[in-house]
Amino acid sequence: MALQFLRRGKLVRVEHFAPDTMLLDYLRLTERSRGTKEGCNEGDCGACTVVLGEVRQGRMHYRAVNACILFLGQIHGKELITVEDLAVGGKLHPVQQAMVDLHASQCGFCTPGFVMSLFALGHAKQAVSREDVTTALAGNLCRCTGYRPIIDAGLKACASLRDKFHEDEQKAVAALAGLSAMDLLVADGADFFAAPASASALAAMAARHPQARIVSGATDVGLWVTKLLRPQRQIIYTGRAADFAQLHDTPSALFIDGGATYEDAAAALGALAPDLGAVMQRLGSTQVRNSGTIGGNIANGSPIGDMPPMLIALDARLELRQGSETRHMPLEQFFIDYGKQDRKPGELVWRLEVPKLRANQHFKAFKVTKRFDEDISALLGAFRFDIEGGIITAARIAFGGMAATPKRALKTEAALTGKSLEAALDVVLDDYAPISDMRASAAYRSETAQALLKKALLELAGEKNTRVIAA
Amino acid sequence: MKPLATIGKPIAHDSAALHVSGAATYVDDIPEIEGTLHVVPGFARDGAKGTIIKCDLSAVRAAPGVVCVLMPGDIPARNDCSPAAGDDPILAKGEIAFHGQVIFAVVGETREAARRAARLAVIEIEKQKPVVTVQDALASPVPDLLKPYAFTSKRIAAALKSAPHRVKGSLKIGGQEQFYLEGQVAYAVPQEKGGMLVHSSTQHPTEIQHCVAAMLGVDDAKVTCECRRMGGGFGGKESQAAQWAALAALAAHVTGRPAKCRLDRDDDMMLTGKRHDFEAAFDVGFAKDLRVAGMSADLFARCGYSADLSDAICDRAMFHADNAYFYPEYHIGTRRLKTNTVSNTAFRGFGGPQGVLFAEAMMQAAAITLGCDALSLRKKNLYTRARNETPYGQKIGEHVLAEIVATLEKTSAYQRRRKEIAAFNARNRILKKGLALVPVKFGISFTFTQMNQAGALVHVYGDGSVHLNHGGTEMGQGLYLKVAQVVAETFGIDVGHVAITATRTDKVPNTSPTAASSGTDLNGMAAQRAALAIKERMAELAAKKLGVRKTALVFAGGKVSAGGKSLSFAELATACKAARISLSSTGYYATPGIHWDRPSGKGHPFFYFANGASCSEVLIDTLTGEMKVTRVDILQDVGLSLNSAIDIGQIEGGFVQGMGWLTTEELVFDAEGRLRTHAPSTYKIPCASDVPEDFRVALFASKGNKVDSIYRSKAVGEPPLLLPISVWCAVVDAVASLKPGVVPQLDAPATPEAIMRAVKSMGGP
Repeated sequence: MALQFLRRGKLVRVEHFAPDTMLLDYLRLTERSRGTKEGCNEGDCGACTVVLGEVRQGRMHYRAVNACILFLGQIHGKELITVEDLAVGGKLHPVQQAMVDLHASQCGFCTPGFVMSLFALGHAKQAVSREDVTTALAGNLCRCTGYRPIIDAGLKACASLRDKFHEDEQKAVAALAGLSAMDLLVADGADFFAAPASASALAAMAARHPQARIVSGATDVGLWVTKLLRPQRQIIYTGRAADFAQLHDTPSALFIDGGATYEDAAAALGALAPDLGAVMQRLGSTQVRNSGTIGGNIANGSPIGDMPPMLIALDARLELRQGSETRHMPLEQFFIDYGKQDRKPGELVWRLEVPKLRANQHFKAFKVTKRFDEDISALLGAFRFDIEGGIITAARIAFGGMAATPKRALKTEAALTGKSLEAALDVVLDDYAPISDMRASAAYRSETAQALLKKALLELAGEKNTRVIAA
Repeated sequence: MKPLATIGKPIAHDSAALHVSGAATYVDDIPEIEGTLHVVPGFARDGAKGTIIKCDLSAVRAAPGVVCVLMPGDIPARNDCSPAAGDDPILAKGEIAFHGQVIFAVVGETREAARRAARLAVIEIEKQKPVVTVQDALASPVPDLLKPYAFTSKRIAAALKSAPHRVKGSLKIGGQEQFYLEGQVAYAVPQEKGGMLVHSSTQHPTEIQHCVAAMLGVDDAKVTCECRRMGGGFGGKESQAAQWAALAALAAHVTGRPAKCRLDRDDDMMLTGKRHDFEAAFDVGFAKDLRVAGMSADLFARCGYSADLSDAICDRAMFHADNAYFYPEYHIGTRRLKTNTVSNTAFRGFGGPQGVLFAEAMMQAAAITLGCDALSLRKKNLYTRARNETPYGQKIGEHVLAEIVATLEKTSAYQRRRKEIAAFNARNRILKKGLALVPVKFGISFTFTQMNQAGALVHVYGDGSVHLNHGGTEMGQGLYLKVAQVVAETFGIDVGHVAITATRTDKVPNTSPTAASSGTDLNGMAAQRAALAIKERMAELAAKKLGVRKTALVFAGGKVSAGGKSLSFAELATACKAARISLSSTGYYATPGIHWDRPSGKGHPFFYFANGASCSEVLIDTLTGEMKVTRVDILQDVGLSLNSAIDIGQIEGGFVQGMGWLTTEELVFDAEGRLRTHAPSTYKIPCASDVPEDFRVALFASKGNKVDSIYRSKAVGEPPLLLPISVWCAVVDAVASLKPGVVPQLDAPATPEAIMRAVKSMGGP
C-alpha cells in the first residue's frame, strides 16, 4: 500500500516514508518545491501554509494548514496545493495579483503562506468581511508590512474569487474518488503510519496497537517531532475516518465525535453559547483549527487548553472507547494531574456530550492573553450560572491556566449559590494557587480570575461596555 | 529641469511577483550542491555563566550521519565574530557567559542528523549566579561592559533647583526580538586556492567576508559574500549574522564540502541578540511657562555579555533623549551594563526608540502632574529657530515638526476626540479610552562617521540594458528598487531595463552595513554618480552623432534627444561600444558635512532629521488590563518621496513593529538567565487583527529635504518604528483617567499585566 495524494492534476504515490516525516520537509527536501517556507517549525507563523483539498458532498473543500507540523501521511486521499501551483502560464492568480497591486509583500518570506491562506478563504467564502480576512490570517505572521495591505488584498481578491481550481473541480473530485474508502497502512518493519477510513477500523487498530501514537491534528504531536526531536515510529491517524468526525445535535445536547476538528464543531458550539464560539475563534489559528480536534485537545490534557474549562463549566461528559469497550465520565474527572489523564493505552477519546443551556442558564467565557489572536491563554475563565429571580441557584466555574489541569472552582461555586448577583460580587475566588511563567505572574492570574468572575456577574446584571473585544 | 519619470512613482517592489509565487530565492532555497553538509550549533542546555568542566561529545560524534564536530581548536586563525571589540568567540572555549553560548558545532550529512546529534552532548558548567536584569547588574560588583557616557551642561543642577515645577519618574523599557521571518542562515561553498564563497542572509556582507577571512587566516580577497535578499533583517543581521556564516565556512574549510548553517527558530531566538532593554529615571524642571528649564536623565542599558554594537546604540539613545524638545540645561547619562544574557544588538531604531520613549514618558508624566493636556505641553517644548541647539551641539536646521503636529492635530480631530473620550470615560467604569499625539524626530546618519560611505557599480550593455550593483542589501525595504529608480531616471529609461543584482563583496568592496536608515541615501547617491559618469561619456558621442550641444541633450523615455533629433538609448549604447567608449563605472559617495567629537560630546553627527507624528487612540479594560488600539493617524515627512508605495509600506510596517515592542512583545528571562520566550508560541509579535481598522497614513507635503539628499528624499526605514510611542502614551492617558493628577506607573511593553500594574498604581479601577 502506498500513500497517495493529488498534486498538480496527477496522483502521486509515495511507497516508503518514515512515519514522522513532516509535510514541509517532504516539500522542501524531497519534492524540492521551495516556495513554501519554514519560519518557526511549530505552526505559529504560517510561512509554511499550504492548502489541502478534500471531497465533501461531491465538491472540493479547501482548507489552509501548517505543513511544518503536519505528518506527510495525513495528506493521503487529499489534494495538495502549494504557492507554486496558483499562477497559470505565467499569469498570477487573483490573490497573488492583488498582493502585488496593493504592495502587500516586503521581504516576501511570509508571503507564500499569506497567499495560501487567502486562497483558502476565497474558496471557502465569497464577499468576505474584514473580520473574515483577519480571522483567516491570524495564523500568518508578517514582520514587515503591518498587515494593512495584505488585509486589503484579501478583501479585494476574495470578494468573488474564480480560478482554475473552480474550473477543474470535478476533475479533482473524480481523481480522489477512488481513494476515499480504503484504510491506509504504510509499514516498514515495526514502523507504520496507519490511517483507518472508518471509526470502527480506527478503534480496532488503536486497540491492536496500544503502544502506537494516536494522532488527530498533530498540532501538538507535530512539535514533539520538530522541536523535541522525539521520533514517532508508529502513528495511527484519526482524520481519515469520516464517521469519527460527526456532530449529532439533539434537543438536550450536542454530541461531538473525537475526530471533529475545531472548525467542524465551531458553528454548532457557537450556537450553543456565543462566548464559546467567540473563544473558539481566538483559539489557535485558522490553520490550527482546520487540523486540530477537540478530542485531541482533551486527550493530551494540556493545563492551558481552552476547550476543557469551557466544556467542564458546561458539564460535558466524555465517552472513551477501547476496541469495542466504552466508558463514560464527566469531563473534569478525565484530568488527573499535570500530563496525566484517565486514558488507557489504545483508548480513544471517542465522543463528547455537551448539554445545551436551559432557559435559566447563562454561560460566560473569557480568554486572557497578551495578543488577542493565536495566543495561548494566561488564563481562561468559564462560568455557567443558573439564575432564578436574580438569585444564583447553581454555578459551575472552571479555569484553564490556574492549575496543573483544567479545574473547577468548587469552593467559589458553593459560595455563590444562593446569592443575588449583587451579593455575589463579594465572593472571593480562592480555589487556585497558580504559578508564574512567561505568560503571566501568579498574582496577575489570581487577581484576574477574580476580575473575570466580577465581569461575568456584572454582565449578567446588565452592565454594558465590559469587553475590549468579544470574549 | 525635466519632469521626473520614475522617481516618486508607486512602483511595486521589484520582487513582488516572485514573492507571491514562491519564486523568490532565499539562502535556504538555493539548490544545494551535491555533498552539501549541514551545521548545527551546540550549547549547554543548562547554565548561563561559568567554567565548562565537562564537555563529552563522544555520543555526538558517534551519532548516525555525523561527519565531524567543530571545536575551537578547529579554527585556523581568529576565533571571533564580533563587529569590533574582539569579544565574541565563534566557539566559546573554557567558559560560557550566557545561556545558549555556542560551544561546539555538529556537521552532519543532513540537518536532522546534526540536530539530533547536537542534543547528545554532555556538558557540565560550574555554574555561577548569572547577572540577568538591569537591577542585577546595578547591584553586582561586575564592572560595566563599556564606559559610562553623558552629555551634561554646566548649569543643570542650578536649573533644576530653581525650577518652579519639578517632576521625577522612572520607567522600564523592554527589549525586543527582531523576529525576521527568515531565520539566520548561511551557505558556504569552498573555492579554489583556499577561497570561500558565502551566501549569507546578512545586512553586512563586508563584515561576513572579513570575519570568515580572519577566521580562516586568509586574505579578505579570498572570500566573497553574496546576499540577494533577506527574509527580514531589522538590525538582527547587521553584526549577528557573522557567527553562522563563520560556522558554515569553518565546516566547509574542515571538510572541503559545501556547508550550510540554518538556525532553528528557538535557537535563533536564544542565541542571537535583541533590542536593548533599558531602565530610565528622570528629574525635569519646568519654568512658569511650562517650558523645560532643565532635564536630567540616567539611562541604564542591558547590553548582554559582550560589546557588539552597544556603544553606538547607547549613544543613539542619548542622541534621542530630547526627541523633539529643547532642553536649555541637561544631563543625559548612560551606563552600559554587562549581563549574562545574549549580547544585545541592532534593532530598527538602534537605541533611538528607547531614547524617545523615555522623553515621551517624561512629557506624559509631566502633563499629568502639571494638570495640562500632554499635546499642549509637547507643542510648547518643540525646538524652534530660537531654541534649536541639541544637547550634543548640533543645531536643528529644519523646523517642520510644528506644522506636522498642527496638521495632524486637525486631521485627527484631536481636540474633539479628547472631549468625546473624557465623556466616554465618565460614563464607563470598566473600559477607559486614551488618546495621545506624539511627534518624532530621528537623526539620519551613522554616528560613527566613517561608516557614511557607499559604492556602486553600473554597467550599460551594448543593447542599452543596465546592470546595477551596490553595497546595500535588500531585506524587504525596497532599497534595490529605489536605487534602480535612481539609475533609470538618470539614463531616462524604463526601470524594467535596469537589472537588479545580488549584493556581492567582489563587485563593490568595503561596504557599510545596510542600517541606520541610510541605505537609499548612500547607495542611491553612489549609483547615481556611477550612472552619471557613464551618461557623460554617452552624451559626448550622442552630441557628435546628433550634431547638437551636449548640454542640450535630454535622456528621457528611452531616448536621447535634442533639437528635435533623437536616437534610442539602446542605439546610443551600441554606438558607444563600437566607438570604444567605456560603458561601465563605479560610483562612490561619502556623506558631506557631518562630524562628531565624542570626547567633547559636540558635533554635527546627523546629515538631517526625519520627522513625523502620530495620534493613537486605545481602549483598555481596567479589570483585566486588555487593550485594543482603535485608531491611528500618522503624518510622516519623507522629503520628496522616491516611491510613495514603498515609503507608506515602511511607515505602516514600522509602526506595527514598534507597536509590538510597546504592547504584546515581552521577553521573559528566568533567574537562571534562560530566555523563556524563545518561539512565536510564547513571544507575540502583532498579528493582522491587532492593526486598527481605522489606520490613516499620510505623507507630509514636503518641499523636499533641505540638504542635498538623493532627489531631496528622506530616509524612512527606522523613523516610523518610533511613531507607536503614541500608543503607549495613550495607554498611560487611559489609565490616568482613573485619578486626575496621579501618574500611572506603566512599564513597556504595556501587556495586560503591565496595564493592570499601572491600574493598581492608581489605587485600583
